Amino acid sequence: MKNPINQKNQKSQNDSTTISGAEAVIRCLLAEDANLIYGYPGGAIMPVYDELYKYRDQLHHVLTRHEQGATHAAQGFARTSGKVGVAIATSGPGATNLVTGIADAQIDSTAMVCITGQVASHLLGSDAFQETDIIGISTPVTKWNYQITKASEIPEIMAKAFYIARSGRPGPVLIDITKDAQFEMFDFNYTKCTGIRSYWPNPPLNTDHLEEALQLINEAKKPFIVWGQGVILGQAEQEFKEFVEKSGIPAAWTILGLSALPTDHPLNRGMVGMHGNYAPNLLTNECDLLIAIGMRFDDRVTGDLKTYAKQAKVLHLELDPAEVNKNVKADVTLLTNCKISLNALTNRISSNTFPKWLKRFDALDAIENEKVIKGDLFPTKPGISMGESIEMINKYTKGDAVIVTDVGQHQMVACRYAKFNQSKSNVTSGGLGTMGFALPAAIGAKMGAPNREVVAVIGDGGYQMTIQELGTIFQQQVAVKIVILNNDFLGMVRQWQQLFFDKRYASTEMTNPDFVTIAKGYHIEAERVEKREDLDQAVGRMIASDKPYFLEICVEKENNVFPMIPTGASVSDIRLE
Amino acid sequence: MEKKTYTISVYSENNIGLLNRISAIFLKRHINLESFSTSESEIPNVFRFVIIINITPDKVHKIVQQIEKQIDVIKAYYHTDEETIYQENALYKVKSSFLFEERQIQNIIKASHATIVTVSPEFFVIEKTGFREETEQLRKDLSPFGLLQFVRSGRISVTKAKMGISDILNTFKNNN
Repeated sequence: MKNPINQKNQKSQNDSTTISGAEAVIRCLLAEDANLIYGYPGGAIMPVYDELYKYRDQLHHVLTRHEQGATHAAQGFARTSGKVGVAIATSGPGATNLVTGIADAQIDSTAMVCITGQVASHLLGSDAFQETDIIGISTPVTKWNYQITKASEIPEIMAKAFYIARSGRPGPVLIDITKDAQFEMFDFNYTKCTGIRSYWPNPPLNTDHLEEALQLINEAKKPFIVWGQGVILGQAEQEFKEFVEKSGIPAAWTILGLSALPTDHPLNRGMVGMHGNYAPNLLTNECDLLIAIGMRFDDRVTGDLKTYAKQAKVLHLELDPAEVNKNVKADVTLLTNCKISLNALTNRISSNTFPKWLKRFDALDAIENEKVIKGDLFPTKPGISMGESIEMINKYTKGDAVIVTDVGQHQMVACRYAKFNQSKSNVTSGGLGTMGFALPAAIGAKMGAPNREVVAVIGDGGYQMTIQELGTIFQQQVAVKIVILNNDFLGMVRQWQQLFFDKRYASTEMTNPDFVTIAKGYHIEAERVEKREDLDQAVGRMIASDKPYFLEICVEKENNVFPMIPTGASVSDIRLE
Repeated sequence: MEKKTYTISVYSENNIGLLNRISAIFLKRHINLESFSTSESEIPNVFRFVIIINITPDKVHKIVQQIEKQIDVIKAYYHTDEETIYQENALYKVKSSFLFEERQIQNIIKASHATIVTVSPEFFVIEKTGFREETEQLRKDLSPFGLLQFVRSGRISVTKAKMGISDILNTFKNNN
């Protein structure tokens, strides 16, 4: 539904009016339905901030406490809302502070537009104050970037930026605008971008390949699906569910694919990859057809490629031509949005079931349950486990929450055990593995889905990388629930040191501050749990609150995450202990 | 897989920064280039990069996929030497006194089908277009006379097969 602001703005699109470049930036944002942005002001972006002040009733700018926080918040917003996230910063350090978030958005295909101020065009290359070559720096980690030196370029470039960020395989775009271009007056006229001659984001389905794909599916006795975020980005959740249900094929997810299919769906067989589930990892090397949907065969998913699914035919449903045959050679590729290819496949396949094949999954699940899951969820040791903490969150959110995670042990445990009923509910840094992602991303996630419960689950290490964003949460009163699983260690690195470096715990032990006091310093209601018997009620109080809330759970210090496929090992070599 | 010389041809928009974007693809993969040249193409406002690289067929394919993925790239191809017509250009600067005193130099120039671009009292400049072996041979032949300067261009090449860039651009025009 269009709000009155947008309607007003759309009307003004047709009338050419003389405005400044800075005002044009705001008008472009509004025309692209971006009325919530994240950023941090500074010298070279001040003209735009001046316009943000004037347009403050129409466009909500969230002041983060660091530019990196602005990018992660924009990412979180994009991931739960399905819209383009926007981050804005000044030149020099403001711009360079965006780089981690941009790289994260690039590898995790998140639609984001970043706007940076730049020194005036006559100063370019003079090493002026706060000048940095952000175009050069961001080139390898952006889908597209562009430096604007004339106000007249702003409408067309901004339109292209949003089109490129959201179309095809989404990604980050950076637009750098010199300060003189922000001041310059020009005749503004906005037209949305509908196509670029050198860019073909929607390849049509090849019908010959469809026939070949159908043949593979019809002949398969032990087919297996691995799906990724492409299902979510392609808005293909319904088509995917119908395909899975009609084909009867067991399906497992990559970390970014999580939540596209409800976790309790009988054909959802868990996570693949380094800390994924036992059955889907082992059976990758037993299936006769591997159907990869909107995923890119990341090394954390495949382990050693030389021993990955060699016995199987591979059918790859993928939108990005550069991912075809990149890591795993596919026998058949359907190169289009999987919403289209899945629909075409479902229409043509006959209903099927694989009871015997599913029993293989059940049998291996039983082993994992006995050796790993039981101990994680119902520990006998006195210390609280990460697994039971997640299970307690499940108890209160009933699978309806958005879970935002950081990077490390807590992330793997949360993704393994969190329940999800609906899509766009798992927000995590997958490809780049950015510690510090979760707290700011949770801000954006909550603002992108304001009616949903958003729980950020974070380790004590990553939390302290962007802890200053508590200030943003306090100022904006973003009702996120922050759960710190505190083991006083950089747990994942410590686990590797234990397993592969003879327990030499180099720089992984953390002497931590009083996190509860820090949260209270920001006037955020806060609590610490140290004993199992207090966990249930503490989580209950947190979920019952309608305000920002902080809960520190002191967990067992030296627990490990299993199963585990050691780096470079085969998926068949998955370890349970 | 065996390494081979490939010619990558990239048709692109003429945008600032695209050169950086394409070279970053090689940098990220720790791949060295043999040569890199860029010019206008046969189509107005469309630029053409010619990149020479010695690499395995599998890798060249993936690199071209990555290049083509860039927004401002219209189309990228790769070809083997057999599939292209290619040339390099070299300039040789020699002391003028040799031209008149050393009869051998005149014979070398004649035999190599090189041309003299300019002659001044101090130096003269020879130009040679051809394959690498030919420009290299001339360099070897001239070096006893003390080459003041030597420079060779990157390879430029055209393919035997049709490229079809105009078709791609027309399809876009007709659809939008």
